[in-house]
Amino acid sequence: MPKLRVNGQTHQVNVADDTPLLFVLRNDLQLNGPKFGCGMSQCGACTVIVDGQAIRSCVTAVGTVVGQEITTLEGIGTPEKPHPLQKAFLEEQAAQCGYCTNSMIMKAKTLLDSHPHPTEAQVRSAMDGHLCRCGAHNRIIRAIMRAAHH
Amino acid sequence: MNNMHSRRHFLRGSGSLLIGFSILKPVFADAPASNGLIGDLKTYPELSSWLKLDMHGHVHLFVGKVELGQGILTAITQCCADELDVDVARITITSGDTFLVNDEGVTAGSQSMSYGASAVRQASAEARAYLLNRAAQKWAVDVRQLHVKDGTIFGPTHQRINYWDLLDGQTINITATGKVALKQHKDRRYIGKKIPRVDLPSKVFGQQIFIQDLRPQGMVHGRILRPPAYNASLTSLDTSAAEKMAGVLKILRNGSFVGVIAAREEQAIAAVDVLRQNSKWNVPHDGPNQDTIFEWLKAQKTKDLFIKDSLTKNPPPIADVVEATFHRPFHMHASIGPSTAIATLGADGVMTIQTHSQSVFETSAAIAEMLGVDLKKVRCQHVQGSGCYGHNGADDVAADAALLAREFPERPVRIQWSRNDEHKWEPYGSAMIMHTKASLDAKGDIIDWTYELWSTSHGTRPGKKAGNLLPAWSLEKPFALPTPINNGGPNFAADRNAIPYYDFGQKVTTHFIENFAIRASSTRGLGAYANIFATESFMDELAIRAKVDPLAYRLRTLKDERARAVLLKATDHFGWSHYKPQKGHGRGLAFARYKNISTYLGIAMEVAVDEASGQVRVLRISAAADAGEIVSHDGTLNQIEGGIIQSLSWTLKEAVRFDPTGIKSEDWTAYPILTFSEIPPIHIDLIDRQGEPFLGAGEASQGPTGAALANAVRDATGVRFYEMPFIPSRIKQGLAQKQK
Repeated sequence: MPKLRVNGQTHQVNVADDTPLLFVLRNDLQLNGPKFGCGMSQCGACTVIVDGQAIRSCVTAVGTVVGQEITTLEGIGTPEKPHPLQKAFLEEQAAQCGYCTNSMIMKAKTLLDSHPHPTEAQVRSAMDGHLCRCGAHNRIIRAIMRAAHH
Repeated sequence: MNNMHSRRHFLRGSGSLLIGFSILKPVFADAPASNGLIGDLKTYPELSSWLKLDMHGHVHLFVGKVELGQGILTAITQCCADELDVDVARITITSGDTFLVNDEGVTAGSQSMSYGASAVRQASAEARAYLLNRAAQKWAVDVRQLHVKDGTIFGPTHQRINYWDLLDGQTINITATGKVALKQHKDRRYIGKKIPRVDLPSKVFGQQIFIQDLRPQGMVHGRILRPPAYNASLTSLDTSAAEKMAGVLKILRNGSFVGVIAAREEQAIAAVDVLRQNSKWNVPHDGPNQDTIFEWLKAQKTKDLFIKDSLTKNPPPIADVVEATFHRPFHMHASIGPSTAIATLGADGVMTIQTHSQSVFETSAAIAEMLGVDLKKVRCQHVQGSGCYGHNGADDVAADAALLAREFPERPVRIQWSRNDEHKWEPYGSAMIMHTKASLDAKGDIIDWTYELWSTSHGTRPGKKAGNLLPAWSLEKPFALPTPINNGGPNFAADRNAIPYYDFGQKVTTHFIENFAIRASSTRGLGAYANIFATESFMDELAIRAKVDPLAYRLRTLKDERARAVLLKATDHFGWSHYKPQKGHGRGLAFARYKNISTYLGIAMEVAVDEASGQVRVLRISAAADAGEIVSHDGTLNQIEGGIIQSLSWTLKEAVRFDPTGIKSEDWTAYPILTFSEIPPIHIDLIDRQGEPFLGAGEASQGPTGAALANAVRDATGVRFYEMPFIPSRIKQGLAQKQK
């Protein structure tokens, strides 16, 4: 039974070690941030942060992240105390349907944590593996740049 | 699931201000409403079917139109708040619950505002008038002496009473008259004001808002073993291995339809994989593929529709005749979140389905037919899903879930399609052939324009018929796909925007194909994307032949001032008149008025084409749109920009690959879409037409974007590309032919 550290709390989950982390987060811990998009590490919808790295939780076996610090969208800020990226996404109205919003904010967070002042081209390149179908890309870039200037 | 609670939650997160769809009538003009009822109020004139006031200061609205991320529920809330004179915070909406709201048809076809919001607006105005009259009677004063602030009525001598106390729990049981005037522009508090989207906080903080986030008590997980190809039949299935797997609760086989229910999501996925390995299918081997599709289209029996015939009566001498043929492949909606539904067969025999369908009523009826039950035994409840851009897998997964839930009563069965399911089984935007021919005068201006198009259907939504639901094809007693029809004017379907918005002689013929090569239905803009691509590419080519600047060439035959204005605005921002050509770069422009009755859009862009690799890179875009009076500036920009980016993706990259053994574009690697680094800066000017009808912006940019891109590539390379997408191999091939 893997013991997981998620958003600062420890959870004992009764699942097999090879269960995809995404399903544990969504179905056992009832978190909504990470989304199922492809299950093949192609779109980024399921992105969470593990020990500071943005990873694809749909292809990550839960047994491989035991003891590591897992952060989901819910763990980076709240309506009362939003993360600068969450604030910037609202200020720029940086979404249409919003299904990929988790993907964008979580990837951007790891980028800004390691490169606090990226150029726009660096941000675009870092975000390339994260798919949006509504065409909110330029708004998302503006929100990330706004958060970087914060 | 606690439905009421959930709905309230979803309401709070319900969409932007943006009006993403067209309106055809001036229902929001400042003038008082004309006699007679507007929109869906005509069909449902009883006020109590639209709104109820409780005893606690709340207003409950009941609407059949649903939230797709286009902001309709917010717009409806604003309309009610302005006309009923209450604060928006008092309003809750129940939307798309087939047991509770009026059947307002499909949320599509650009009619949510003109039919749905206008009905709520008028109903709210009539409710306010009724309440004021009641207060006037109560106080024995003239109703004109009363005024209202946030639901409290004030009389001439310090009388005051609020709506809720006045009604004391009674329903407003009156029939709308259509004679109550709507508010003047100056008196509005909400319509046209800047209000941030109320759904975004939930999405940014990871709160429950999507259908994917629902977890009702006792929920189990279902998955479907889809066939390898259309019309494949299951010849054998060994379920013994799957039955022994952990968590597997039920395996269902009904003809060639196979589903599994498991306690956990990953268990259902694993069981379907094992079932796939233990299944044998008879797969057809005859039929077209992506390379032979255009021959196939030409070989089909067609229904010929003559939609325009206004050829010039006494033409001047014809100096030249030019013709060209253009091709569009199949495109996907390709939602980021695969389609999802939750179905529960209740103890009362009612199948309740949470769905992100655009057509809850028609889908309920189709599912009832599929299940062989009375319509009263199927209830659909709309919940937001991932962006759909038309008819995607939403209805099919609802039918899948109902088939499994029937076998597992009183437990909510949740199905989320896999990525492969979504890519391979959604109904695509149809491949098309467009043939254009123009007779020209000595100056190169068009005398007559003859246009023909070939297309399969753009409309196979459920439409109350089980045969339109994917799983129904595979059942032991299958339902056949109904013969499709091509809707006529003014919206049109395959032939949307096939009639050019220019002033010259025209003859336009639609060759509608009732047969299917692969599954097809409504995809953003229907045929408009391809028809505008062809029309505006050909206009560009004719301008080049006439040795006239393509902007000037269009303006010579474009009479509508609003059309000219968007073209001039877009090209002005682009710097069209002082553009300096450079090697490997090109510029292109295009124009269309969506459906010829909706939003005007002009666009100009610059591209760079790398001749060695064949790579097309879009460098910058300037666009201008006139969507009538603007309700939400930011929402309109968002929709138009999103449409431009999606259209760039279609035009540069996308084509569904297939052969008779199945769809080959089965994931994001096989069907790539545009990514961040490939997206240029986009500037959009909106021309706000105060007092003009709302026209809607959601689909206006698809066609002009593809055409402007084609024209820019032509300018950069000297080669006209007639077939999309403009992938590097096609560009290289075109350049090589030029050198020969």
